Amino acid sequence: MPRYIVSRLGLAVVMALLATLVIFLIANTVPGDPALAQLGDLAASNPDFLKAFRAKWALDEPLWTRYFIFLKELAHGDLGMSIASQRPVLDDIKNYAPATIELATVGFLLSAVIGVPLGVIAAVRRDSWVDHVARFVSLIGVSSPTFWLAFIMLAIFYGELQIAPGPGRLDPIAFAPPNVTGLFLIDSIFAGDWNTFRDALAHLVLPSIVLAAATLGLITRTTRASVLECMHQDYVRVARAKGLSERKIVMRHILPNALIPVVTLGGLAYANLLTGAVMTETIFSWPGLGRYTFRSAAALDFPAIMGITLVVAVTYLIINLLIDISYALLDPRVIR
Amino acid sequence: MQDLTKIAPTDTTTPQDAASILDVSNLRTYFYTDEGVVRAVDGINYSVAPGETLGIVGESGSGKTVAALSLMRLIEDPARIVSGEIKFDGRDIVTMSLEELRKVRGAGIAMVFQDPMTSLNPVLKIARQLVETMVVHGRLTEEQALDRAIKLLGRMGITAPERAVDSYPHQFSGGMRQRVMLAMGFSNEPQLLIADEPTTALDVTIQAQILELIVELNRDFKTAIVLISHNLGVIASVCSRVVVMYAGEVVEEGPTDKILADPRHPYTWALINAVPRIDRHVPGQRRLVTIEGAPPDPLNLPAGCRFAARCPFRIEKCEQHPELLEISPGRKSRCWVTQAGQDLPPPETSRDAPAEAKARTGGHHGETVIKRGERLLELRNVVKHFPLPKTTLFGKQKWVHAINGVSLDVAQGETVGLVGESGCGKSTLARVVARIHEPTSGSVMFHGQDIARASQAQIRPLRRRMQMVFQDPYASLNPRMTVGDILGEPLRFHEITQSEKETRERIAELLDVVGLTPKAATRYPHEFSGGQRQRISIARALSVRPDFIIADEPISALDVNIQAQIINLLIDLQERFGLTYLFIAHDLAVVRHISDRVVVLYLGSVMEIAPADTLFAEPLHPYTRYLISAVPIPDATIEAARQRLPLQGEPPSTVDPPSGCPFRTRCPIAQAICAQVMPPVAEVRPSHFVACHFPGQF
Ligand SMILES: Nc1ncnc2c1ncn2[C@@H]1O[C@H](COP(=O)(O)OP(=O)(O)O)[C@@H](O)[C@H]1O
Ligand code: SF4
Ligand code: SF4
Ligand SMILES: [Mg+2]
Repeated sequence: MPRYIVSRLGLAVVMALLATLVIFLIANTVPGDPALAQLGDLAASNPDFLKAFRAKWALDEPLWTRYFIFLKELAHGDLGMSIASQRPVLDDIKNYAPATIELATVGFLLSAVIGVPLGVIAAVRRDSWVDHVARFVSLIGVSSPTFWLAFIMLAIFYGELQIAPGPGRLDPIAFAPPNVTGLFLIDSIFAGDWNTFRDALAHLVLPSIVLAAATLGLITRTTRASVLECMHQDYVRVARAKGLSERKIVMRHILPNALIPVVTLGGLAYANLLTGAVMTETIFSWPGLGRYTFRSAAALDFPAIMGITLVVAVTYLIINLLIDISYALLDPRVIR
Repeated sequence: MQDLTKIAPTDTTTPQDAASILDVSNLRTYFYTDEGVVRAVDGINYSVAPGETLGIVGESGSGKTVAALSLMRLIEDPARIVSGEIKFDGRDIVTMSLEELRKVRGAGIAMVFQDPMTSLNPVLKIARQLVETMVVHGRLTEEQALDRAIKLLGRMGITAPERAVDSYPHQFSGGMRQRVMLAMGFSNEPQLLIADEPTTALDVTIQAQILELIVELNRDFKTAIVLISHNLGVIASVCSRVVVMYAGEVVEEGPTDKILADPRHPYTWALINAVPRIDRHVPGQRRLVTIEGAPPDPLNLPAGCRFAARCPFRIEKCEQHPELLEISPGRKSRCWVTQAGQDLPPPETSRDAPAEAKARTGGHHGETVIKRGERLLELRNVVKHFPLPKTTLFGKQKWVHAINGVSLDVAQGETVGLVGESGCGKSTLARVVARIHEPTSGSVMFHGQDIARASQAQIRPLRRRMQMVFQDPYASLNPRMTVGDILGEPLRFHEITQSEKETRERIAELLDVVGLTPKAATRYPHEFSGGQRQRISIARALSVRPDFIIADEPISALDVNIQAQIINLLIDLQERFGLTYLFIAHDLAVVRHISDRVVVLYLGSVMEIAPADTLFAEPLHPYTRYLISAVPIPDATIEAARQRLPLQGEPPSTVDPPSGCPFRTRCPIAQAICAQVMPPVAEVRPSHFVACHFPGQF
């Protein structure tokens, strides 16, 4: 097991380096002067700025040297300056990431906590009403476009029924809890501020449902299919021949096997939620990475886009690593 | 609870004296499919006495498995038990509540299934799977159960059982897993153990070990055994009574020895006569007795005797459905002819291929003149090693030593049989010869040309002369092509036929040669049965007029009667076209029957090569002796008298083979030299080659 993890970890590091190389090459081979591309017109028109920039990134040195400097700066957390905000990109990302992490995690938990049991019951009670509900839920989840779902939800629960709060992470008049993790739910618990906790939670409901919908559909469907497949394996028949109860058969013999593919899917879906919530965040005015991405792209903020790309790549690598490790924990056949 | 691992004293009462523990009467289990109702089990009756060993035999699809699963109500949708009674210990399983049924399952009746590779849960440790079997019936605590699990595994012949319980199933071989399944089956001391083809997926040597174990367990624990098998030899070596099934019905029942010696139903008669026997071989008598045709369509069973379409003894009355009646004390049969007191005479054995077939010899090859005895294939020191996929990024590269220096000659017109346990390199060798694999080293001379290193372009002309037939005829036939296209493709590719008309004629001719109608050309492979598909594979191999055919387990997936048909076909074709065969099979009786010479392979090395009769009469290598001894013989008297040589253990890993003689880790007469020096393949007697330092001394 340790050997397996070390080998996977090694692979992840190699992949991460490759990602930095690709990002670096794109930044440095894109037409024109990298200084101009990375500084923006305004800053580039200032000769002092330009000189300092050229010196720092050693723009007159060969590509390889520059790559190592880039890596060194990266190791110190320097992703360059955002053109739009005129602040270090890393600071921007640190600012925006917690909102996204909070939303994506709640959304993911929602889809997993509902999707897995729903899929299991749908498979075990095939063709019962639960199965029909599950089929309906996954169809809606997978097929309805995010913007449409978001507007419908907002129109019904915020506009018509007025039982859900509007966009944003908190009420406009509320104050954010003291910053510890940047996750409002957790920070407000730390502060013992239950009003803020409730407010933050209420604001999470609609966007996380919208965000979870597609994942929920996918997880339900995959779980159901996987459980159905495992139900017909020989070892399930053997378990039944031992005199085990149906509940034990499902919990002990079917689920540990059936959930293996669900873990892969779930992990990738989570990575996807963490990195791809542009639409939902924009509609719900959610101050997260998705909106930062959208804004940076619209402003052609090159350093910011580079920084985000790197974050996305690393997120995927970490989650892949976690998937690999949980795979090995769930399935003894993975490591010999 | 008594300690199961102790051997109980033998009981003196014979099982037949006691009342039965299982009484099946008029059991019907039907599948309600979209195409219609499949009457898989259609009114069967039998009973099992305490401690008895009952065999159930029949070809695949005859309803053996469905009947066995019905006994514990383990059948799933769309199947249903539609009528009948299953009295176990006086209570009816068919009508009892699920609660009650669960108490019977695993405790009163246990079951061992055919495929040990899929019967254990891959993500649970062996300990868990054994312990839960015992704990669920509330008789033991977890600790007691674990303790007992370890003892049971030891009793089943698993070495280091303390370590074994801590393993996962994938760390075990098939034979080991079947031992675990047996431990599971016996863990609650059931009154009845049902074993559905428990050894079909295993090698003969391992099969012998498992059967031996079942016999011992039956003796020691007095558990009644219902052993299901399509193999009469397996039944004969374990069971005192046998039930024969055909098309969902019991067609014959009686003591094993009597039925094997004097079958009273034509189907049993055909079954017994279709299998070649390893213990007797009549020179010159190569064709096996077969009955034509296949079992009836289960969706559309005939109203009269279900065997009528294939029965050589059919009379007019057979249009009515016969009942299963007692024809003499303890014997029942479902046949008008034997119920009327008539005998089923032993079959007449035709000595050779029909004269009409012989007359056509030569037309096949046209210009090539076949001279029997000329050397066709020469292997010299062929080695094939495969790299093992790496498990870690920086690990050391490991190799599978599949073939380790095989030298072999095959003469024109002969049949060379290749035998050995699974994984010993039979298929790899075949693929090297066919140049599907390139050998790691050594030479492969075919028609005087070394093809070991030749490019695909250089080999292409030789491909025409060498063809392969595989075990799984379905996997090797493209499901999207019609049979006509499958046969036509090589004809066009090798430009054997010049026009479409000629191609069509040749396809019709090929189908005729392998015993199919010309209409088959327009149909798809899935529309044919296993045996027919194998005929199609053979026709495809023949289409390019080869002189050499490599047949890799061509009959292993087929029922005995269909096996016999294919063997007869292969023999006919050889006589007609002067073919040379390299014939691979794990069934030694079949190999003995069909081969002129036999090669015994172990761990990628040749152990012994000799003419078939010599090899089976006087094996000189210890491994060959074990192999032959492991084969069960379908004759209860011989089986009872036979002292089986117990070959212990399993072949070592091909990744890390032993030094010196590869067999030394299992050889009872191994000496110090065997670990140091690999014995050369030496001609110990004229044309009898053995690779052993002490040939014939075991
Ligand atoms: N799932 C199924 N659906 C429809 N028919 C089936 C199914 N399983 C088995 N059968 C049919 O039941 C009959 C008996 O099968 P089985 O008991 O497996 O035979 P055996 O064990 O003797 O080989 C066959 O005709 C087979 O086609
Ligand atoms: S009843 Fe007739 S057809 Fe059926 S097995 Fe007997 S002789 Fe053959
Ligand atoms: S060489 Fe030695 S170990 Fe090998 S088979 Fe002969 S006696 Fe046994
Ligand atoms: Mg079966």
